[in-house]
Amino acid sequence: MSSWRTRLPAVTGHRLFWPVVVLILLLAANAIYRPSFLAVEMKNGHLYGSLVDIVRLSAPLILVALGMTLVIATGGIDLSVGSVVAVSGAVACLHISQQPDQNSLGSVLVALAMAFGVSLLLGLWNGTLVAVIGIQPIIATLILMVAGRGLAQLITSGQIITINSDPYRMIGVGHVLTLPFAIVLALAVTLLVAVLTRRTALGMIVEAVGGNAEASRLAGIRARRIKLLAYVVSAACAAVAGFMMTANVSSADGNAAGLWVELDAILAVVIGGTSLAGGRFYLGGTVVGALLIQTLTTSVYAMNIDPQTALLFKAMVVIAVCLVQAPAFRAKFRRRRAMTAGPAAPTGEQRKEQVAA
Amino acid sequence: MSDPNPVLTMTAISKFFPGVRALDGVDLRLFPGEVHALMGENGAGKSTLIKVLTGVYGHDAGSITLDGEPVAFSGPMQATEAGVSTVYQEVNLCPNLSVAENIFIGRQPRRLGAVRWRDMRRRASAVLARLNLDLDVGELLGSQSLAVQQMVAIARAVDVQARVLILDEPTSSLDADEVKQLMRIMRQLRDEGIAIVFVTHFLDQVYEIADRITVLRNGRLVGEYPTAELPQLALVEKMIGKELDALERLDEAAGRDLAAVEAGTPVVEATDLGKSGSVEPFSLTIHRGEVVGMAGLLGSGRTEAARLFFGADRADRGQLAVDGRPVTIRGPVAAIEHDIAFCSENRRTEGLVGELSVRENIILALQAARGWLRPVPRRRQDELVRRYIDALSIRPNDPEMPVRNLSGGNQQKVVLARWLITEPRLLILDEPTRGIDVGAKAEIQRLVVQLSDGGMAVLFISAELDEVLRLSHKVAVMRDRQLVTELANDDDLDADRVMRVIAGGAEQKDGTRHE
Repeated sequence: MSSWRTRLPAVTGHRLFWPVVVLILLLAANAIYRPSFLAVEMKNGHLYGSLVDIVRLSAPLILVALGMTLVIATGGIDLSVGSVVAVSGAVACLHISQQPDQNSLGSVLVALAMAFGVSLLLGLWNGTLVAVIGIQPIIATLILMVAGRGLAQLITSGQIITINSDPYRMIGVGHVLTLPFAIVLALAVTLLVAVLTRRTALGMIVEAVGGNAEASRLAGIRARRIKLLAYVVSAACAAVAGFMMTANVSSADGNAAGLWVELDAILAVVIGGTSLAGGRFYLGGTVVGALLIQTLTTSVYAMNIDPQTALLFKAMVVIAVCLVQAPAFRAKFRRRRAMTAGPAAPTGEQRKEQVAA
Repeated sequence: MSDPNPVLTMTAISKFFPGVRALDGVDLRLFPGEVHALMGENGAGKSTLIKVLTGVYGHDAGSITLDGEPVAFSGPMQATEAGVSTVYQEVNLCPNLSVAENIFIGRQPRRLGAVRWRDMRRRASAVLARLNLDLDVGELLGSQSLAVQQMVAIARAVDVQARVLILDEPTSSLDADEVKQLMRIMRQLRDEGIAIVFVTHFLDQVYEIADRITVLRNGRLVGEYPTAELPQLALVEKMIGKELDALERLDEAAGRDLAAVEAGTPVVEATDLGKSGSVEPFSLTIHRGEVVGMAGLLGSGRTEAARLFFGADRADRGQLAVDGRPVTIRGPVAAIEHDIAFCSENRRTEGLVGELSVRENIILALQAARGWLRPVPRRRQDELVRRYIDALSIRPNDPEMPVRNLSGGNQQKVVLARWLITEPRLLILDEPTRGIDVGAKAEIQRLVVQLSDGGMAVLFISAELDEVLRLSHKVAVMRDRQLVTELANDDDLDADRVMRVIAGGAEQKDGTRHE
């Protein structure tokens, strides 16, 4: 008896409690609307089903949002990720489209390396503007958000580049070990970022810089270098997301690829519990946030919600998540409940015990 | 005190924070026309009590009445409207707005919704004139000295029709003249019938002005006393709850033998080190095991000089030598490589990362020096942190608590611990005891003696001459951004003599104070 009583607040108070609840509710609503929604089946050794699709489609957003998490943790923001997605896709597709044999694995790898390199340069550009020159992040990355689209258009000469390359398509729709390759890739990058930040001291140092940049500098942290690194990592993540998105449709559209993904990514980060003010960041939260947003998008299509009201519907769910997560809103709610249900006695007792211990 | 009815009472107030019992059944009574000192060590609950009173925090138990009517303010705005105004310890104004805007923010004089700027400036000047402050009210607040900002905060609080005025450590950043000016204002306001709550660590000021004293300890009420019936020693005993001879004992321990340390090896030598617009070129040598005190008025260049040693600001002339070898210190990273550590006077903005835990804050400098690729193993972190939490008696002793939940004195110890685990050879302490209580102050002073006995060189900056004289082998005196002289701390040196050196150019300085 007592164990669930003490554990319950720990569960409901967890910052991911409400996002996960909303995610489950959305999935349940889908399942009621279309009972086959939850079914996952094996075809030709590959997993298929709506759930798998949702995870596969959220892979690019997860990637972009992971990079965004680090940038936001340093106290910055990266609006240019959508443009980096477009540029990286455009560079890769352009190179492949110029090859005599588009199915050659070698030339696909060269294309990927080129696009990745260009993206790293773009990240370095962002980082330099923010960390070295000292432009406010929102303005610094706005520059590339606008200019990057132009760059992507320039690369594709304003056309949609269509390619026919099996190795490249693999990134978007291929399978590895029964799972879609995109899921495996997103999982791998998530693990890589997690190891990079939490197995080393990078995570704590990023949080220190985001929490108090001047104090960090005076503690001997090279705050500029850390910020620069965050923007480079963000661009790298966006580059991989660009590969996925263009591989999905086997074409690069400088105009539409990754359009507004920066906003979804910021949302995913915030839903995951990382504050836009910088400091503490939560990679797991970001992944849950990205999954929630993609589930929402998929649900809107699957439930045949009128496209004109789809965005409104999405906005309402997001507002609901943000509200139930906000401490101020929850406190108000709790106070009202406490007033009707009498004093919420045990909290004080628990806290005293904590002090004694 | 003639009026027998208190204007404000707080009864049996309790307040809990996660893991901390900040207040436990505390009472406070305020009568019209009195100055009421609220005393206690750091973490005793003074600031919390004030925040509960002004509605910044809610309280978990107890009641507040204003003029006999129960009240519960939902925020400082509402408290101010009811006549309870507060000037907080850390100036809570907007440095990017003008002086006049700061005084009238939220209640600008308006006509048809538009702000009446001229009227606002005129009234702001009038308010400041009442406090004998002559400022251009159109200037940005941020361009003023910290002391002037503090006075503006008081002006703002006073201009609202206040019946209760709360001054939370208003004097901690003021120099002697400004303190006198503030006292005069406090008396004036008291005579007008305002009840003033005065929170301070300066006992002298309490005995100069307070009518009654309420003492808190560990979140509990110790008692309420008329000032005349509570001798200073008794007050200190009630604050820390034990006989205080720690400071006296320290005096005996400090056999500060200048000749002996000067004969030793110099750790750091500054030769004509300076930075234009900040501090004039100065030369100073700090030896192994030597404590160099740095004295001078607020704004005399003490902090600026210290920052050059650490590379917090980069010197643009002169030379720094470590172990006799000339070095270029481009920034804190380079200074740390040369085993130099720097505790800033500004804990909150330049010292701690409030959101991170005590452990992370302590480990930060060591980790930064190792680089992020080589994390300090968790077991070693825990061991180090545990050792320093015990050694410096940091309370609460929970390494995973966010450091912002700690009281000022404990936060200061966390910053100290951060640098001590890097085992520096030169430790620069800029106002390490400012705004912290007597007990923690004694602990930190004892630590400085201990460290220097162990061979560490210490640059000790403080506005309190007593502690500079108690700890230092020699005293470097700063005035008008120049190092004017070095005084050997022998038997002849006393506070008066240092004061005279500090005041050497006081006459010329007066005219240029508000530049």
